[in-house]
This record gives sequence, C-alpha cells and structure tokens, in this order.
Amino acid sequence: MSEDLQARKRWMGVLAKASADAIRACLHTVPPLPPHTRLRGPETGLVMLRGRAGGDGAAFNLSEMTVTRCAVTLEGGDTVGHAYVAGRDRSQAELAAVLDAALQDAAQRPALLAAVIEPLAAAQAEARATESRKAAATRVQFFTMANMR
Amino acid sequence: MMRPGFADPVQDAQSCFRAVLEALSRPGRVQTLASGLTPPAPLHPATAAVLLTLADAETPLHHDAGAEADAWLRFHCGCPMTAAGSAAFVLAVTPPPALATLQAGTDEEPERGATLVIQVEALEAGSGWRLRGPGIEAEHRLAVRGLPDGFLADRAARRGLFPRGVDVILCAGDRIAALPRTTLIEEG
Repeated sequence: MSEDLQARKRWMGVLAKASADAIRACLHTVPPLPPHTRLRGPETGLVMLRGRAGGDGAAFNLSEMTVTRCAVTLEGGDTVGHAYVAGRDRSQAELAAVLDAALQDAAQRPALLAAVIEPLAAAQAEARATESRKAAATRVQFFTMANMR
Repeated sequence: MMRPGFADPVQDAQSCFRAVLEALSRPGRVQTLASGLTPPAPLHPATAAVLLTLADAETPLHHDAGAEADAWLRFHCGCPMTAAGSAAFVLAVTPPPALATLQAGTDEEPERGATLVIQVEALEAGSGWRLRGPGIEAEHRLAVRGLPDGFLADRAARRGLFPRGVDVILCAGDRIAALPRTTLIEEG
C-alpha cells in the first residue's frame, strides 16, 4: 500500500472513532472548511461483520452493526471525501467526510493533521491506555499442574 | 467533478418508479419526471433518474455514455458494468445496439429479458406512431425524434419470440415513455 493510502487510512480511522463534538472542538483552531455538496447520505444502514475463530478458522457472520456513511465533494475541487462511522451520528459522518476531502488536498493537509488528527489520535491512545491499565489491574493468573512442574 | 444523485433517495426513487410503472402500463403516454437531477453530460435528467431508480448492485448495466457518466453511475447505482449481451439494463445515448444482441430471457423466465433505455432528442404524444396492444384502449400516438430508421423494423421482426423480448424506455429531457415488448407499432 502506498504511503498516501496508509496516511489516509489512518486519518479516516481516527475520524471514525472521534465523536462529532470532539472533532468540532479541534476545528476551532483552523480556518473554516470550504462549503461542500453532499453526494450521498449521510445515511444509516447495517453492515455484516465477519469473523474467524482463532483468526484463521472458517469465516462466519458475527453480527450486524449500525453504520452511518457519507460522501461529499468540496466546492471548487474534484476530490470526494468518504466516511463510514459506527453508530447513527449523521453529523459525525458528514464532518468526517468533509475532513477526509480537505485532508486529500496537500496544501491543507499539514495544518489539519496538526490541529485535528494528531490531538484526536493522542486522546484516543490515552483513553485506550487508561482502559488497558484498568483491565490489567483486575487480571487473574491461573496456574495449572503442567506449568508448576 | 462528481455530481450528487437524488436529494432524497427514498422519496425521489419511489416517485420515479411510479412514473416508470405508469409509462410501462400505458405504452406511448408521456410521463414527466421532476427529479431535480443535474447528471453529467451526455445524460438527460430523465435518463439519469430512470437508471438511479432501477439499477443497483444486482443488475448488470451496459452503456455508451462515456467515462464521466460511467463514474457517476458506478458511484450512485453501484451496478456492475458488463457487455451488452449480458446486461439487465442497456443504456443507449447514441444509436442503440441491434435488439438481437441483447438478452431476451427464456420462455420459462421471460422477465430476464433486458430493458433498453434509449435517450432520444424529443418525445411528443398525440402524433406520429400509432400504438396498439395491452394497456391501450383504442390507440395511443407517440412522436419520437432521434431514433435510427431501422428501429421499428428491428423491433417488429422480433415479435415472434414472445414471451421473450426486450422492453424499451425512451427518455428525453425530463420526459419518459415506454414501449413494452407487447406493444404493436405502426408508422403514422
């Protein structure tokens, strides 16, 4: 996968996990985003999640998940921004799609990455670390006869 | 630049479907679609609305409308693109392919016949062809501008295949009219 795709995959992932309020809070520090046209949605639907037992077993349908998606194009550009986010928050999907479109523009990318994506990514990593610490504190070690030999 | 599709996909597709149903059940009667679409050239609003309504991931489409229309149709309909001979819907903005090259269905499954959507220059009811058949009490008249000369003869030559055959939807601007496989057409 090319570097551009890797970078886009990362910011789309960060935006999908950030709430609309968190994204809006970060946007106060950057110039307003250009006006956009909705191409599709935001619309809510179901996505079938597939899983594999142990990671390499036969594929099975795990469950369906509520997903909201949106596609927009920015005024004066021909890039299309996409967003697929978990849940039913239409404003989050639309904001994420607009940001995806703006981030594809190399001129705006550094400012937006620094102002929006990095703080959100840091907050998400922090929340995850806290959760892991809490879980680790309640971990119980089981010993079996085989291990005690 | 990618253009938007229906503003309200559910309501707009339903009212367009109703108009297509009306057109097919009253062959030759012209229906007007207020779709509000601004599709990429060379598609007319009516042509685009019919395809947005009918084509989806389960209906292979064949068209001759160029790259921009191709991207637009792929994005909004999500339909697979295929050769004319295996398509469920065939869109012709230039002279349409010979009907014999399209899917006609089978005697057991005549519904598998292709639907040919032809974009023409103008549609006018009240003069021109004389249409008879199911859905028409006495006769309907329809004037079509922009169809190749051999089209009626090609269509008439395939009447013997019934119940197999190809249904035709004619689109011009924001107007549509339909010619189901059962309709008999005489040149006025």
